[in-house]
Amino acid sequence: MQNTLKKYFALFALPGLLAFTMAFVVPFIMGIVLSFTQFTTVTNASWVGLENYIRAFQTPDFLNSLWFTVKFVIVSVLTINILSFFLSLLLTRSIPGTNGFRTIFFLPNLIGGIVLGYIWQMILNGVLQPYGVTLTSNPTYGFWGLVILMTWQMTGYMMVIYVAGIQNIPRELLEAAEVDGAGRWQTIKNIIIPAIMPSVTICLFLTVTNGFKLFDQNLALTAGAPSKQTEMLALNIYNTFYGRAGWFGVGQAKAVLFFILVAAIALIQLQITRKREVEQ
Amino acid sequence: MIRMKKSLWGVSALLFILAILFLSPVLIVLMNSFKGRLFISNAPFAFPDENTFARLANYYEGIFKIGFFSAFGYSLFITVFSVLAIILFTSMLAWYITRVKTPLTRLIYFALVFSMIVPFQMVMFTMSKVVNMLHLDTPAGLIVVYLGFGAGLASFMFSGFIKSVPLALEEAAMIDGCSPPRTFFSVVFPMLVPTAITVAILNAMWIWNDYLLPYLTIGTNHKTIPIAIQYLRGGYGAVDMGAMMAMLVLAMIPVIIFYLTCQKYIISGVIAGAVKG
Repeated sequence: MQNTLKKYFALFALPGLLAFTMAFVVPFIMGIVLSFTQFTTVTNASWVGLENYIRAFQTPDFLNSLWFTVKFVIVSVLTINILSFFLSLLLTRSIPGTNGFRTIFFLPNLIGGIVLGYIWQMILNGVLQPYGVTLTSNPTYGFWGLVILMTWQMTGYMMVIYVAGIQNIPRELLEAAEVDGAGRWQTIKNIIIPAIMPSVTICLFLTVTNGFKLFDQNLALTAGAPSKQTEMLALNIYNTFYGRAGWFGVGQAKAVLFFILVAAIALIQLQITRKREVEQ
Repeated sequence: MIRMKKSLWGVSALLFILAILFLSPVLIVLMNSFKGRLFISNAPFAFPDENTFARLANYYEGIFKIGFFSAFGYSLFITVFSVLAIILFTSMLAWYITRVKTPLTRLIYFALVFSMIVPFQMVMFTMSKVVNMLHLDTPAGLIVVYLGFGAGLASFMFSGFIKSVPLALEEAAMIDGCSPPRTFFSVVFPMLVPTAITVAILNAMWIWNDYLLPYLTIGTNHKTIPIAIQYLRGGYGAVDMGAMMAMLVLAMIPVIIFYLTCQKYIISGVIAGAVKG
């Protein structure tokens, strides 16, 4: 069969492959090369070695946005996962209307990031208004605004994954715990959490990588204001490219660093998952 | 027994309160979309009264002045055809690279999986240049771009499923005289339908809501819904909060309808996608 099929490369593989090469492979390779050059258009690049990378680290806004992003990821990963795990525990008990509740909690996840950003901008400005401040008068407001927005958006998604994990736990295991007289907390700690570790890994992976890559919500909620202090990495890279003339090379160098950071996290996470799979 | 019932009532009540809290942002936007623009920022949590009630003025502005229908049309066109292209071409690609084992197909598979961990910012600038050079900076051209950028996750999911399917069925079809295209479309593809639904849902959610890629490639000449909303902020000086609220409501309505009609598939698609991804 392999030999018959082999002749059909042009029909089966080529259309997808051409689009993939055009949209990903070529831009990716060009991106790596251009990060070592100074350029205004793709064709007039001149080699500058590591200069763009050095300049990226010399501009304080890049390190600020890195630190802001790391803080944001740590806090939002905790709020999202704790809340969604808690919800999934409630929603796996036999309560009337479970499906309706799941539908509601998942809903924000389908709404686009730009829309979510403006929804929360209106609400948070309304909350802050009596105190005579706005979302952008202090970076702390923007930070917590992003955390609230992201928690609202992602909790339902993670809840769905946790619910699936809990439903896969063999009934006998939970019944045995009950017969042995385990309390609710003991059951959660000693049976449910160990049994849903694959779900925990997935949820951590998704919340961490999505947190690092956050762009639309950041752009719509604060756009980095006040003075770039709520600018996350993705937005910082975007602004380096499109907000500052002559900084294409530095923008591309920042993008490469960003890629390495996200890829490293993804690979570490993969490694952890694999180890666990071997153990099981 | 009675005790247990009591605790379940407590859980229900707690969930009910949480659900209201979760819905409230959407409800507040809906409420404000019927108020005059000045009253939205001054008293965002007050119900409209005879002074502040604006009837459908905000919607009129959102739909006709800002062009909601055209944005909806572009969003729908790009999303539907990109998703169809992704399903058709990546399922074919995935079948080919899974069934034909050569160093080249292994390299393709590796590149596809690799692309899944690359953030968009890495290729943002260079991709928009390539797209301009190839004159793909139109709503139709964008379909090719989405096919290319979405191919990674989609082929990974398709080939994961194909690997679990025994070869015998396909071989039998081929021995019976089916050509590879016929084998694919009448034997393989029907088996792929559940995976195709998952792929369709994950990609539809992404493409419908995507802002940056269409903005960088086709700009504001053909605004999709996210671009039209962002443009309202950027293009008009002081934001017209009334039109903004109406646009937010109008942007959410199709998503909510889509969600309520395919809810079952969306939830199971998300679970399947999470396990694979």
